[in-house]
Amino acid sequence: MSMALQLDDVRFRWHRRAPCVIDVQHFAVAEGEQLFLAGPSGSGKSTLLALIAGIATPEQGQVRVLGESFAQLRGARRDRFRAEHLGIIFQQFNLLPYLSVLDNVLLPCRFSERRRAEACARDGSPEAQARRLLERLGLAADDVLRRPVTALSVGQQQRVAAARALMGAPGLVIADEPTSALDTDRRSEFVALLIQECTAAGAALLFVSHDLSLAPRFHRSLSLRDINGGAS
Amino acid sequence: MTVLKLARASLWNRRSTAALVICSVALSVALLLGVERLRVEARHSFANTLSGVDLIVGARSGPINLLLYSVFRMGDPTSNVSWASVEKLRTHPQVDWIVPLSLGDSHKGFPVLGTSAAYFEHYRYRQGEPLQLASGRIFDDVFDAVLGAEVARKLGYQEGARLVLAHGTGAVSLTQHADKPFRVVGILERTGTPVDNTVHISLAGMEAIHADWRGGAPLPGYRLSAERVREMDLTPSSVTAVMVGLTSRRAVFQVQRQINTDRDEALMAILPGLTLQQLWDMMRVGEQALLAVSALVAVVALTVMLTALLTGLNERRREMALLRALGARPWQIFALVIGESLVLSLAGAVLGVLLLQGMAWAARDWISGQLGLTVSLWPPTAHEAVLLAALLAGGVLAGLWPAWRAYRNALVDGMTIRM
Repeated sequence: MSMALQLDDVRFRWHRRAPCVIDVQHFAVAEGEQLFLAGPSGSGKSTLLALIAGIATPEQGQVRVLGESFAQLRGARRDRFRAEHLGIIFQQFNLLPYLSVLDNVLLPCRFSERRRAEACARDGSPEAQARRLLERLGLAADDVLRRPVTALSVGQQQRVAAARALMGAPGLVIADEPTSALDTDRRSEFVALLIQECTAAGAALLFVSHDLSLAPRFHRSLSLRDINGGAS
Repeated sequence: MTVLKLARASLWNRRSTAALVICSVALSVALLLGVERLRVEARHSFANTLSGVDLIVGARSGPINLLLYSVFRMGDPTSNVSWASVEKLRTHPQVDWIVPLSLGDSHKGFPVLGTSAAYFEHYRYRQGEPLQLASGRIFDDVFDAVLGAEVARKLGYQEGARLVLAHGTGAVSLTQHADKPFRVVGILERTGTPVDNTVHISLAGMEAIHADWRGGAPLPGYRLSAERVREMDLTPSSVTAVMVGLTSRRAVFQVQRQINTDRDEALMAILPGLTLQQLWDMMRVGEQALLAVSALVAVVALTVMLTALLTGLNERRREMALLRALGARPWQIFALVIGESLVLSLAGAVLGVLLLQGMAWAARDWISGQLGLTVSLWPPTAHEAVLLAALLAGGVLAGLWPAWRAYRNALVDGMTIRM
């Protein structure tokens, strides 16, 4: 089985005299797999995500995303790779306040030709795919699309961010505590939608959260403390 | 393309701040170019206070002193030019015309100039514009006076008004020529030159009011009535200075040398244009200071922009991190900020130029009337273009720092910045 994400013997520290924050022997997410990673604060979660997104480079070891090793890629190629293959959802403030809902969702297709082509292949045009994804996430009403994103509720904003992450079929979706700003009902509704759409798109999902009640919904769950020797 | 569209949307989102920045840049551009334009125009107009006159002849002193008292009516002559020398000049083969000037009296602080009718024919200012009468005619009778525009305006005189001249050039004079009042027969159009502040009378008139004077004071117990004076020979014995026009400009240095080395009388001839230029050069410090102040204003405007960009950057850190996470390259982040500073300074510059054009257009009559300057509207001069380019370069330079910080942040923050 090929891997969406694989870390081997990865060590990382922010600068030379700082302590090692990441020390992972082995960690992998299979293609199409949905993995829950429990990451309490201080467990090196942010750093791990920066390594996976190719924004930080490990001191030693291999980070492979969809079989490609970031270590071999230069900065600009890493940026392009990230734009092409990763969908990322943050805890909150995911959207650019000055763009419409539709333009926010279309952003990945502006930075990546490949994702634009994927969207066209699947739905005819990026706009059509964006509308389809938004509809699946319950945001199809015209007044929602036309409203400024700052007027949306937090739950709606997170769903727009999910639609954006799924645009153009990225191989791996990373969700960094996407539900921590939502109340309990919205939380489980959001996770259900996210899992459903990742399955439909065939994307692997790395879901990082400290809310363990969500873990059973995923194929597998892990604790970052257990895999990271560098955790404090 | 993507960056451009994002920059536009982002800037539009912060349009009130952006508008303020553009306004401050625009105002400073308008000030900078306005000062520059007035400076050039003032220099131009100053150099053209007097044109068409080849030489000014006066008693031997300094060129600037001679220019100051003969043209600007400032200061006092050291000595006079005898009428014999005036006649000698008039008959000089290379001299086309002469205009004698006689100064020393005043009316309510305005200098009185005794001259010949040829003055109105030969005096030229700006690009050779002649003096024009706003009303009336030039003097004819001994006691006729022609007023400069400013004299008439300030004192509220109309044609037919009577005025008494005072001896000396002070604003308050104790000795008045009260027994021989003058009558206003003409008022000149405004010129923006010292002519506006001058009361013009004939040489004969100047002689007439001093006919019963000796050595700068009235003779005690000896009074000549205005009627008696008319019957006298009113040819002056001397004048203050003489404006000279030559038959050929090429002879100017030759004639100048002849006058300067004249053995009969210690005289000096100057080229007015050259001396005006020397005089202006003396005022260069003030001119430069003015330009320096407006340059500082431009620097302040750019600092305002820098502040706005840096403040905005903190608010936009989240935005930058998001863009990075979505695949924006660090150089795109850099371009986003530097592009914004370019757009802001460009918009400011364009608005500033338009503002200045608008103001210059709206105020052109006032400027030409009050200051005697014609402010050209379009196109901007080469020097103005250089100033504009410098400002734009300054704008980009000011954007460099925030852009660099955004770039650094984009590298360091990654996508983990929390708000």
